[in-house]
Amino acid sequence: MNAIVETSAIHGWGVDADPENDPTYPMRDQSSEGNLKSSWTPPQMQETQVEILQSIEYIRRPAVAGTSTPPSGISGIIRRAAFTYSESHWFHWLMLMGADRINVVEGVLHDLTRGKIPNIPREMGVRAEWRHNKQGRVKKIAVTASLSGALAAFALYKRKKEPAPSALPAERASGAPRRRLPAQDKPD
Amino acid sequence: MPQILHPRDAIVRVTRSCICGSDLHLYHGLVPDTRVGMTFGHEFCGIVEEVGPEVPNLKPGDHVLVPFNIACGQCHFCKQGLFGNCHESNPQATAVGGIFGYSHTGGGYDGGQAEYVRVPYADVGPTIIPDWMDPDDAVLLTDVVPTGYQAAEMGGIQRGDTVVIFGAGPVGIMAARCAWLFGAGRVIVFDHLDYRLEFVKNYAPAEVYNFKEVDDVVVFMKKTTDGLGADVAIDAVGGDAKGNFLHTLFGPKLKLEAGSAIPLHWAINSVKKGGIVSIVGVYGPTGNMVPIGNVVNKGLTVRANQASVKRLLPRLIEHVRVGHINPKAMITHRVPLDDVADAYHMFAAKLDGCIKPVLIPNAG
Repeated sequence: MNAIVETSAIHGWGVDADPENDPTYPMRDQSSEGNLKSSWTPPQMQETQVEILQSIEYIRRPAVAGTSTPPSGISGIIRRAAFTYSESHWFHWLMLMGADRINVVEGVLHDLTRGKIPNIPREMGVRAEWRHNKQGRVKKIAVTASLSGALAAFALYKRKKEPAPSALPAERASGAPRRRLPAQDKPD
Repeated sequence: MPQILHPRDAIVRVTRSCICGSDLHLYHGLVPDTRVGMTFGHEFCGIVEEVGPEVPNLKPGDHVLVPFNIACGQCHFCKQGLFGNCHESNPQATAVGGIFGYSHTGGGYDGGQAEYVRVPYADVGPTIIPDWMDPDDAVLLTDVVPTGYQAAEMGGIQRGDTVVIFGAGPVGIMAARCAWLFGAGRVIVFDHLDYRLEFVKNYAPAEVYNFKEVDDVVVFMKKTTDGLGADVAIDAVGGDAKGNFLHTLFGPKLKLEAGSAIPLHWAINSVKKGGIVSIVGVYGPTGNMVPIGNVVNKGLTVRANQASVKRLLPRLIEHVRVGHINPKAMITHRVPLDDVADAYHMFAAKLDGCIKPVLIPNAG
């Protein structure tokens, strides 16, 4: 052992060492005073006025539940659909992840419809970034501005290089008579 | 203002609340069913404002620390001390019990980054803060200290064992500190942030290595352990881990796996054959690319869970009292609750040497 820390100098070293701590915790001791059984008297059921989605892996609803942000809108429809699959099913989680993204858009729209313009930079902690990482922020802004400027300049250059298409060929536009195309030789 | 919704509820006025590394998984969109408008925060302490008729052990005015697990205390799992796996607190998912402010996958409860919180099963979880205890220590006993301690406990550390810990965030720091309490002979911590490595080097104390300066973490671990590997490996990071481009791309960026699983790869591959991998890092529930074949071939034992705070609290309160653990030393920032968005960004972007930010309601 190549230890570089002197353990005897560590206050409390080894006080919780337990030779019995093999990888079997918790021990399922059926004879313990806990009288472990697969059924128990459930706590009193919480009455709730809001919609609570429930995993189909439960045989009954757990006694208490959180009542924050019940499902609503399009994300709510997706969430309800997700809960028709078990937690073992990939669709269950993918639909919930998708609903989360839609919910973000719903949140912004909800704010806008109530006349509140969400301050997204503020919500993303731009003040902390400016306070503690000014150099990094300035660098990011400079790089973004440079790239945007370069792209804009390239787009302008491309537009200048291509002549503007006119609606009619030059001769017709100047009033010249239409020229007939030579008749093709017909085969005998 | 939250309401009493069940006879065993209490309402707690929050005096301190932390941002946890697990909150970053929510913040980065890795945890399904995280709904807009929900209040985050599962590490908080405060003063009891109101109690339901079936909460005989608390009264208004009591200063309490509130474990992050919402646990009934009487189901099949609580009876085994698995308070993080209560079967009576989370309708949305069977894998985990209710957790304050941790998405609807965690039960849909509003959390403690607020002025007031509804606390279900208040007769079981909340613990009165001893008079001698600093509230800054108390708030860290709600999650980070028990999680770090249980990470070490689940490692089944025997005297003289070499323990490698991936992640020098608050949980990794605490796991390193607690590994000594179980008699470790050597504690090694990997991270990519030098300021955090410096902290854990002094706090635990531990051997520290920046994985960006190591060619191959696994080879390094083998070479420093006589070619065998560590006895115990702890994943104290979870889905937001850095260190591998593909895992970052498939996980945090594209969400094709439930976070970056690179700490699991390093843990599984750098622990010795027959060793133990202890996982407290949080991953989403979908799936991860994990070298399970190596777990089989090496004969590893994998132990993992959310910390069972209530089970561990008596022991941990004693550790704080006698000075074996000094949790509050990890707090680097105190931020008014109104500035929570800035605190999140600072913690997520690892600005200003941030290790543990604490939110203070009504600080103005």
